[in-house]
Amino acid sequence: MASITASVYTSHVPAIGAAIDLGKTTEPYWQPLFKGYEFSRQWMQDNQPDVVFLVYNDHATAFSLEMIPTFAIGTAAEFQPADEGWGPRPVPRVIGHPELASHIAQSVIQDDFDLTIVNKMDVDHGLTVPLSLMCGQPEAWPCPVIPFAVNVVQYPAPSGKRCFDLGKAIARAIASFDAPLRVQIWGTGGMSHQLQGPRAGLINKEFDNNFLDRLIADPAGLARVPHIDYVREAGSEGIELVMWLIARGAMADVTGGAKPHLAHRFYHVPASNTAVGHLILESRS
Amino acid sequence: MALDKPYKDVPGTTIFDAEQSRLGYHLNQFCMSLMKAQNRIRFKADERAYLDEWPMGEEQKQAVLARDLNRCIAAGGNIYFLAKIGATDGKSFQQMAGSMTGMTEDEYRAMMVAGGRSAQGNRYVGEDGDAQAHRQPQGRAGQEGAV
Repeated sequence: MASITASVYTSHVPAIGAAIDLGKTTEPYWQPLFKGYEFSRQWMQDNQPDVVFLVYNDHATAFSLEMIPTFAIGTAAEFQPADEGWGPRPVPRVIGHPELASHIAQSVIQDDFDLTIVNKMDVDHGLTVPLSLMCGQPEAWPCPVIPFAVNVVQYPAPSGKRCFDLGKAIARAIASFDAPLRVQIWGTGGMSHQLQGPRAGLINKEFDNNFLDRLIADPAGLARVPHIDYVREAGSEGIELVMWLIARGAMADVTGGAKPHLAHRFYHVPASNTAVGHLILESRS
Repeated sequence: MALDKPYKDVPGTTIFDAEQSRLGYHLNQFCMSLMKAQNRIRFKADERAYLDEWPMGEEQKQAVLARDLNRCIAAGGNIYFLAKIGATDGKSFQQMAGSMTGMTEDEYRAMMVAGGRSAQGNRYVGEDGDAQAHRQPQGRAGQEGAV
C-alpha cells in the first residue's frame, strides 16, 4: 500500500528559477531566501520519496483560454519544461508516474471530483521552481512527479474547502494503491502578491504568517476562508494559496489520524513581487 | 439574479473573471501566440500588421502598441498572458508589475525590498492607501504631477 510520508509547501516565483539558473543564489538580494531552503535540500536527500504529487498552477503556458480545467492531473510518462517566452529553463525533464496518476484519477473521479486527465502537457515554473528549491540542480530529478494543475488564473479558482476535501480524496486514492510507494504531496504558489494594477506589489506579512499558523494547527478552519479575503488581504494572485489546502487535506490528522510533525518553517520578503513561504510537515504513524 | 462580485470594490485591482475573460479573449490569445519564436519576430517586425491579424478591438490594439498594461487589463487582458508581450520586449515580471503603478523601476524595486506595499488603506475603494485612484500615479511621477 502506498502512503503519504510528508507534505511540502512553497512559493514558486519565476524569478527564483532565474536566480538559480543564472547562478545568482549567493548574491545579497537572493542569499537570505536560499538560506531558508538549505535545510530543505538536505531533508529531501534524507527523506527521498518514490513519487512527488505536485500541486501547482499553470501560468498561461500549457493552458491558454482555449481550455481552462479547474483540476488537471498529468498522467503522461514525461513532461517537458515549457518555453514561457524567455526560453525553457535548463532543468531536467519531468518523469511522470502514469500508473499511480491513473489510479488516483480513477479513484478521485469516483469520489465526485471531476478531474481533467492530461496525457500531453509542458510544465512551467509553477512546477519546476519548487523542484529546484527542494532538489537543487541535479542531472535528473530524484523521483517521478505527478503534475496536478489547478486553475487560479481565471476567477473563480476552486474554493478552499473544495481544495481541502480534494486533498482528502487524493489521500484515500493513494492509500488504495497496491504498491509500497512513499509519496510526498506538495502544495505550491503564494504567498501574498499582486502582479497587476496600481495595487501591484502588495505584501501582507500578518496575513501570510497567520495562514502558516492555521495551515499547521487549524486547516479545516482555514479552508473556510472565502476567496474575497485572499484577494483583499493577500493580493489578486495571493489566491494561489488555496492550492496549499489540497496538500494539507491529504495529511492523516484531518481524518482523525496523527498530527504531522513540523520539520521546517520559513518566511521571506521579497522574491521579486512576492512573499515566500515554506513549510515541511512529516506524517507520523 | 446577478452574481455576487465582492471583489469589485478592491482598489487598483481588476479580477480576471468570466466577464473579463470574454472581453479579452482575442487579446489574450494574441499574447499566447508570442510564445512561438517565429511569431515574436513577425510581431516585432510590424506590430500593427500583426495585431490586425487578430479580431481585437481598436482600444485593445492601441493599449498593446502603447505597452500600457493597465489599459490592456481594463480591456480584458490577464497579466499572465500580457507577460508574453513583456517577454518579447525582454522585460522582467517586476518591470511589468511596476509599470502599472506609475513608479520608476528603481522606486518599485525599493518598495519591494522594503517589504512591499501595505494592505493598510488599500483594502476597499474609498480609503486613503497608495493604490487608491486619487493617489495615481505613484512615486516621483505623482509628486511632479501635483506641483
